[in-house]
Amino acid sequence: MQLTDFEKAMLDGVNGRAKAAAMDLLVRYGEAVGAERLVETNNVAGAFNASTPSVKHIVDQGFDAVYSELNLDSDEIVEIPHMAVNTWQLITGIDNDNWAIQGADESLVQMQRDSEAYLGERGVNMCATCTPYQVGNVPIKGEHCAWMESSAVIYCNSVLGARTNVEGKESTGAAALTGRIPYWGYHMPENRFGTHLIEVDIAVDDMMDWGLLGYFVGEQVEENKPVLNNIVHHPNMVKLKHFGAAAASSGGVELYHIPGITAEANSLAEAFGPHKAVETIHYGRKEREAMYMKLQSATDRHVDFIMLGCPHNSIEQMALIAELLRGKRVHPDTALWVHTPRAIKQVAERNGYLRAIEEAGGVVMSDTCPAISRRLPRGVRVIATDSAKQAHYLPAIANVQGWFGSVTDCVKAAISGQWQGSV
Amino acid sequence: MSDIPVNTKSRPTIVIRGRGVVKGKVSGEALVTRETISGWGGINEREGTVIERRHELVGQSFSGKVLLFPGAKGSSGWSAFFHMTRLNGVSPAAMLFTRMTTKMALGAVVTRVPAMTDFDQDPFEHIQTGDWIEVDADAGEIRVTRSRPTA
Repeated sequence: MQLTDFEKAMLDGVNGRAKAAAMDLLVRYGEAVGAERLVETNNVAGAFNASTPSVKHIVDQGFDAVYSELNLDSDEIVEIPHMAVNTWQLITGIDNDNWAIQGADESLVQMQRDSEAYLGERGVNMCATCTPYQVGNVPIKGEHCAWMESSAVIYCNSVLGARTNVEGKESTGAAALTGRIPYWGYHMPENRFGTHLIEVDIAVDDMMDWGLLGYFVGEQVEENKPVLNNIVHHPNMVKLKHFGAAAASSGGVELYHIPGITAEANSLAEAFGPHKAVETIHYGRKEREAMYMKLQSATDRHVDFIMLGCPHNSIEQMALIAELLRGKRVHPDTALWVHTPRAIKQVAERNGYLRAIEEAGGVVMSDTCPAISRRLPRGVRVIATDSAKQAHYLPAIANVQGWFGSVTDCVKAAISGQWQGSV
Repeated sequence: MSDIPVNTKSRPTIVIRGRGVVKGKVSGEALVTRETISGWGGINEREGTVIERRHELVGQSFSGKVLLFPGAKGSSGWSAFFHMTRLNGVSPAAMLFTRMTTKMALGAVVTRVPAMTDFDQDPFEHIQTGDWIEVDADAGEIRVTRSRPTA
């Protein structure tokens, strides 16, 4: 791999052991993937926080040890300096306020707080959400980023037209200290054209429908690049947030185009560039129903946990849930947790949405989600969620039955304790 | 199905050439799946087993095995989970894969076991679970010794 003089100096330790370790990892990774060089980035979103029991034994050696091992893959414990570029913490393991409801013990909460203090001092911004683009990190078209979190990556690449691969804990750790990431994959314009044409034969409008379409597309194209045609209702951020999260869960989609809507394609011709679609796939009523059925992994209609907010809810989703719950009570045998970034929770509080949800018996969680934290209310057997991604992962992770449906069906189930959703 | 006679004495060895992704040499028994593997949510990093419910290897251990699979899928936590298998002493002995992605490359790098891709022949045609594999990622070569076909 070709390195600039500045990069070579970093590798040689001129700027300290931490940057040398970071460059060493980037060179090993870049060569593994087959990159010819690195590219500069000033936008890193990764997972730095120590918040799970599995890292406790490393924390005992200090937070430099945690970063060295888990964010740099370094055998040597190096002293971690301030981040070189803009760096963000994605979702984490514990809600700093609602940890008792999550069932976390206090020593673990203290560990996360100590970790945040250490990282905060070094410039890791604690947005603590899977949706950095909702709370101030909105990359511009063409910006080179180094992001983790598949649902954020697909949004960044597709909706915004910024450029990132799906990075990991170690590569984002190294990028944050060097401002470099391998120039490969989605950083290169020639790799950003569509491969598969999806003819959408039915009207797709509400959030659930966008989730179903995403789940279908991911399953069909795996890690290829779909182009959606014939979208009749213009989507918004919430709908594309759900579409992308679903497509990245059932497949490995990291980039899609919707001509006239997403950043890099005004037309089908622009979406495919010099190439032709390798395959045309139709999405109609039958496919929609098949996806809906596929996302149901439950048979028992007695629901004891409703999970909303995956990816983390926007303020208008919080408003809708508050409206649906106003004057109602969550069933005594059912728990309702609603997840939103902490910054949005503050707005929800100011607007009275938080009080409406809490007065009905719901909990508004930030910083985390049940799939990441692996923490659910005690004794849960059957869950319901409005997220295709959560319906995909949570039943396997938590060994529970799962229903998937609209936010309205989910809130109704929270109130009645019974799942009555339908397609 | 195999065309190797059951009573063969000197087992045939097949040589497949490819690109070393992570250098090193190791030998071990093959564990083969044509399904991609999830890291986060797909494996138990303490035990070195596949836990994804609908995966054909669910419940099986890859610890110490030469793992042949198409590549990585799922969450960006892939590398972190395979990284933990190394720290916990339950990583695969080597990784052979056919689909390059950033998840796969970074995961192989931090697992620090010999890893190869870009093969001159389809490895799934020549390797089955239980075969003995000598991986030489320095020379870009794997040698496959077929296990006896089961009767």
